[in-house]
Amino acid sequence: MIGDALGLYNYWIVIVLMMVGFYVVISRGNLVKKIVGLNIFQTSVFVLYISMGWVEGGTAPILAPGVELYSNPLPHVLILTAIVVGVATTALGLALVVRIREAYGTIEEDEIHRQDEPT
Amino acid sequence: MITPHLPVLQVVLPLLAAPVCVLLRNGRLAWLLALVVGWVSLLIAVLLLVRVLDGPPLSYAIGGWAPPWGIEYRIDRLNAFLLVIVATIDAVVLVYARASVEREIDPDRVYLFYAAFLLCFTGLLGIAATGDAFNLFVFLEISSLSSYALIAMGRDRRALTAAYQYLIMGTIGATFILIGVGLAYMVTGTLNMADMADRLVGLTGNRTVRVAFAFLTVGLSLKLALFPLHLWLPNAYAYAPSTVTAFLAATATKVSVYALLRFTFSIFGADVAFEVLPLDLILPPLAILAMFVGSLVAIFQDDVKRMLAYSSVAQIGYIVLGISFASLDGLTAGIVHLFNHALTKGGLFLALGCVFYRLGSVRLKDMRGLGQRMPLAMAAFVVGGLGLIGVPLTAGFVSKWYLVVAALGNGWWPVAVLVLASSLLALVYVWRVVEVVYFQPAPREHSEVREAPLSMVLPTWLLIGASVYFGVDTSVTVGVARSAAAFLLQAPLGAGP
Repeated sequence: MIGDALGLYNYWIVIVLMMVGFYVVISRGNLVKKIVGLNIFQTSVFVLYISMGWVEGGTAPILAPGVELYSNPLPHVLILTAIVVGVATTALGLALVVRIREAYGTIEEDEIHRQDEPT
Repeated sequence: MITPHLPVLQVVLPLLAAPVCVLLRNGRLAWLLALVVGWVSLLIAVLLLVRVLDGPPLSYAIGGWAPPWGIEYRIDRLNAFLLVIVATIDAVVLVYARASVEREIDPDRVYLFYAAFLLCFTGLLGIAATGDAFNLFVFLEISSLSSYALIAMGRDRRALTAAYQYLIMGTIGATFILIGVGLAYMVTGTLNMADMADRLVGLTGNRTVRVAFAFLTVGLSLKLALFPLHLWLPNAYAYAPSTVTAFLAATATKVSVYALLRFTFSIFGADVAFEVLPLDLILPPLAILAMFVGSLVAIFQDDVKRMLAYSSVAQIGYIVLGISFASLDGLTAGIVHLFNHALTKGGLFLALGCVFYRLGSVRLKDMRGLGQRMPLAMAAFVVGGLGLIGVPLTAGFVSKWYLVVAALGNGWWPVAVLVLASSLLALVYVWRVVEVVYFQPAPREHSEVREAPLSMVLPTWLLIGASVYFGVDTSVTVGVARSAAAFLLQAPLGAGP
């Protein structure tokens, strides 16, 4: 029972990272911190995908003589794509933050709301 | 000769045109390229629809790698219909875009605008065309990332915060979809939708399958702005450039609805959604709440663009309500409304773009007496508004008719009453605009205001006119929608022909 739980420690890490990232996105008012939270959240999914490619006793998926069992390379390749998407999202998000800072002079959510209030 | 490659050309053409736009570095040429690509895409979409309507689904193996190993594009009745919707809106909106974009975007950024626009178009077409679950996620992100950039191009600085908020919520939604696809892959070992559907048969009790479906549903509901996950939508629509609002309002949420339909009915099967998981208890209340809350909040808006944005939340409620019946009539109503609402709301936002072109504002107090100054644009708004209410002879009536029929068919007569009651709320907010526009005197400083250029009024009337046409002649839309609904209900993908 406990062995099972420990054996799945990758997935425990995934859940913890996911919740940490999600919490940061929801709770922080600083726009850059929100993006960092989003990054942690996405990273947890990367770990989830990489973990599911693992095959018991399998080695790295590189053709070598005398090796029969490889781990599954497909999730790894998929997550490369997702990492690219994540980088693009972060870049775009930070670019927006830069422009928000130019327009409002702040990157704190509550101050931005206050400035937009009178309209 | 070229016909077998149509499914992939549909997506690749705008994808290749986008970097060309950046290389052109000229706003006018970029627009021309986007326009040509838009109309060619529409032609391709129509050809595809004609072919699948009287034949089996088309399958295209990207790069010659046979499915299920390679990425497959699979065109059936449902997504061919959706491709036509997206391509029609794109082609019409691009005619309109030249004048509107010149007014609203910095001249030295116009070519970048069209590059982002084409990428967004690519993403939406890709979501519809692909038969691969992971590919769907990638296209979703292509369209989302480019739409964040497009929204941020709005003149008001609040466009930036709206885009940021959409980016945060959209990314959470997309990541949920990614988790869902990953979990489904864990169980089935495949990403091809048809293959996945085959392997999911008999796994309805599997907990991973249920969790995967739950993640997908929540993620897609975020993207399609189902109440209460709609918070990103009003600001994004209100502050984006007029062209972008019209395009996104008519297509982006509709494509997400399609993805929900695809995952629910074609891949996981209706029994996972409605028997193992209680979607039949969750979706109808949310949809009805969306109908009422969206319409009620719309009544109290002073910015007409925001008003229509909240009305979109309500209209998405109707679409989701139709889907949640999981019956032939319900699905038909949902799919027909998807089409009708795309035309109506697209036309309405284009009419507002005409107002913005002349006034630089779409606040109610600035629109007093505009009925005399801009008779064509305002008449389009009124006809579109009638469509939102669901007055007979407009497309909105047809979809609400089928929705009520479906509700009665399920024996849910209170739901049918609620559908009618919420339509009355639409009457209130449309009337607010009509009252200001037609029955209040125009302020003196508006004596210069004239009708918007023909290149803007014509596309507006094209969409509004179409919404009336399809309200009178329902044989095409309802026929295609019914056929698509029957296709969805018959069996999961793999078992199909």
